[in-house]
Amino acid sequence: MIVADKLEKKFGNIQALRDVSFEIKDGELYGFIGPDGAGKTTLFRIITSLMIQDSGKATVFGFDNVKDFRKIRNITGYMPGRFSLYQDLSVEENLGFFASVFGTTIEENYEIIKDVYIQIEPFKKRLAGQLSGGMKQKLALCCSLIHYPKLLVLDEPTTGVDAVSRKEFWDLLKGLIAKGITVLVSTPYMDEANLCDKVSLIQNGTILKTDHPGAIAKGFGKKLFDISSDNIYQLIQDLKANRNVDSVFPFGQSVHYTDKTEDVSEQKLKKFLNGKNHQDVRVKEIEPGIEDVFMKLMQMKEE
Amino acid sequence: MKRFLAFVSKEFKHMWRDPRTVVILFGIPVTQLLIFGYVISTEIKDAKIGILDHSKDEVTLAITNKILSSGYFILEKNLSSPDEIEELFKKGNIKEVLVFENQFARKLVEEKRAHIQILTDASDPNTATLLENYTQGVLQNYISEYNNINGQIISTPFRMYYNEELNSSAMFVPGSIVLILMLISAMMTSISIVREKELGTMEILLVSPLRPIQIILGKVIPYFSLSMINMTVVLAMGYFVFDVPIRGSVVLLFFVGVLFILLALSLGIMISTIARTQQVAMIISLMGLMLPTMLLSGFIFPLRNMPEVLQILSLIMPPRWFLEALRSIMLKGANIVLVWKEILILTAMLLFFIGVSVKKFKIRIE
Amino acid sequence: MLNLDMSISQDKAISVKHMYKKFGNFTANDDLNFEVDQGEIFGFLGANGAGKTTAMKILCGLSIPTSGEIKVAGLDIYTQTEKIKKKIGYMSQKFSLYEDLTIAENIRFYAGIYGLSSNQIRERRGELLEKVGLAGKEKSLIADLPLGWKQKLAFAVSIIHNPSIVFLDEPTGGVDPITRRQFWNQIYEAAHQGITVFVTTHYMDEAEYCDRVSIMDKGKIVALDSPSALKRENNVNNIYDLFLKIVR
Repeated sequence: MIVADKLEKKFGNIQALRDVSFEIKDGELYGFIGPDGAGKTTLFRIITSLMIQDSGKATVFGFDNVKDFRKIRNITGYMPGRFSLYQDLSVEENLGFFASVFGTTIEENYEIIKDVYIQIEPFKKRLAGQLSGGMKQKLALCCSLIHYPKLLVLDEPTTGVDAVSRKEFWDLLKGLIAKGITVLVSTPYMDEANLCDKVSLIQNGTILKTDHPGAIAKGFGKKLFDISSDNIYQLIQDLKANRNVDSVFPFGQSVHYTDKTEDVSEQKLKKFLNGKNHQDVRVKEIEPGIEDVFMKLMQMKEE
Repeated sequence: MKRFLAFVSKEFKHMWRDPRTVVILFGIPVTQLLIFGYVISTEIKDAKIGILDHSKDEVTLAITNKILSSGYFILEKNLSSPDEIEELFKKGNIKEVLVFENQFARKLVEEKRAHIQILTDASDPNTATLLENYTQGVLQNYISEYNNINGQIISTPFRMYYNEELNSSAMFVPGSIVLILMLISAMMTSISIVREKELGTMEILLVSPLRPIQIILGKVIPYFSLSMINMTVVLAMGYFVFDVPIRGSVVLLFFVGVLFILLALSLGIMISTIARTQQVAMIISLMGLMLPTMLLSGFIFPLRNMPEVLQILSLIMPPRWFLEALRSIMLKGANIVLVWKEILILTAMLLFFIGVSVKKFKIRIE
Repeated sequence: MLNLDMSISQDKAISVKHMYKKFGNFTANDDLNFEVDQGEIFGFLGANGAGKTTAMKILCGLSIPTSGEIKVAGLDIYTQTEKIKKKIGYMSQKFSLYEDLTIAENIRFYAGIYGLSSNQIRERRGELLEKVGLAGKEKSLIADLPLGWKQKLAFAVSIIHNPSIVFLDEPTGGVDPITRRQFWNQIYEAAHQGITVFVTTHYMDEAEYCDRVSIMDKGKIVALDSPSALKRENNVNNIYDLFLKIVR
């Protein structure tokens, strides 16, 4: 179990973390979802004992992150952003090095990394600097796992990697959970939130909301409409000009709309848009997704 | 222990695979060979000389003529008194002054010997040697051409000013050792540590069971080895190829060397705690260490000639003390009794820098 | 309506025929063929190493193709490279504005490079800041702005000289979802005014904002059509699934 209680951290004038509290159960796949600058990296550094918070407490499996940092470091695997690897060492050498640093060997814990390592094993003699982004990511994962940690902390492991590699990576993470490892991940990709057991939405150093991905839309409070027409650009302008507009956000080929009033409906909106000469108008009430929730929470914070 | 060795082995791999290391390892001895051995000895032409002729008879004039038409020399000034000599050398244009004693011709014929003084500017010993040789050559020529004079011209070469050392290599070899050690130990070490920070791998190392002292030692050991190897190579090259003497104890020499290497290493570590990128580390090393080493240690420019301010500044430069110790041991054959002062100062500095770097090396990220 | 500096003769903003780019034995771009209309928002997707960046560099005039007939803004890529550069804008996630200069200084610099006069610069600076929501803040240092504002500003600056085409290389990395959408609003605005937008992105949902999308894999274009047409043809609900289906 990882517990954070009212963590605060300031850098000069910038409040990086403000009143951050959460609880992660053993064996959970827990995600921190938020853009750059949200405070994810700072938070992870505090949890892995690389940084000391200004105030508040953090414990990892009962160990305090300030006093028992050595104990935490023995059981934690950490993958900082940009999958830091030694570019001029080969895949094998990188892995071997990290294994020895943790007092083990590649063979000893091979079972744990097998699923991942198999995908890069054919390239084991290649220098890390010559691997593709997706492979570097997998190698970095192996290196952080090689000592069979109880907790795996991954800071934006999928950033800058293509969609296919991202999907494969999350499949691998699920496999690790099955082996009993607790995994803590941060990501700016909202759609990845759905792959976690539990998520905390984080923005500007504060946690906006914490819940299971399925339940996070609870308390959205407004009806959400998915609207499309033949002219997206005009659609956005017209909806924004609507008297009762609450929010208008493009979502691919359609627009997500919320209204200030309670009695808004699909028919009413359709009528409004037809009146503005839109063709092929499609209006549908939908359940809010993670991104909708995130943006609503952001807006509420600003007010 | 095993994890420490794994770390050290990784550091050696980095070192070998870094192109800079290869350049240093092989490039430096070769460069030295070129610079000290052969580039410095250049042909001299049109060297400006002054002539102080106490006699002004037909022999001295004939000799003067011969010298000036040899192609090596150009007459800058005809001196009228010895007092002018110092002034002339100080001005710097003159490389040599020929002094004929009075009644030269008569002494040559009647006493069968006449004296010439060849005074050269010793702050450029290479040139001085060459000019002496040329002058001697012309004099010999003169004698053999006019062999009806069964006299001898006795020429006394005399090195003036600015340098007692006769051998330019002897002057350069200790200095280049200091420079190279500073380069390898301080600059390369600092770059290596900062590279980990830049890559982000430092974070992973810190989070691992590796203790900070192991990380520091691991970073330092490869460059320590490299420094020792280079020091040995340079000394050997100096001794065997350029006849640089090692008159004192070799053991003492290496002891002082190790002392300085450790000092430079800790400087490197200190720099790495301030620099955030490799380029900054390199610039700090170059500007903050190499430049002062070259200018203020007495390597190229003799300390005695510098303004007071700089001389005082050089007192806090570790290279200055190391260089003195090296020169004393190598050229003067000093034993430990004579270099105790330098050793003490270097040790004090070492402890200071180690203390500071250890304090500043962070086990956390801030 | 903006006064765009468009070339008179050609209709197409970008025209690529049989483009190849080889590095030794490695073919980074393998027989690429596509056209982009003026005012279109064209998405360029693909895995890292698929050849996107190589292709984009060529279109920007930063690299010469091995072979192929390529015209950008109606100008030939081999013989009129310098002219092309004057007509295009560029923005990437990795670098855009100088952190240690103010907004005004950055604008003066970039606008100056593209030959705008001081008067023009002053005029457009005002408009630009108004649009982005930073009116009156021209003396702020870029480094002091939050990431979202930087991106929006960078985009606005990249089109300050009214280019006919703007190239965006992963422009919205790491930004919060609201800012991303505001950014895309800016793009819509620009396209509405006739600027062609050529954009690469890792966010699959952003592909849906484009009029047409092309997907590259191992140097070749493996899909090219409007997002809805591609989804229909491949029987998938979103571009993400489309990507997974087509690539690998």
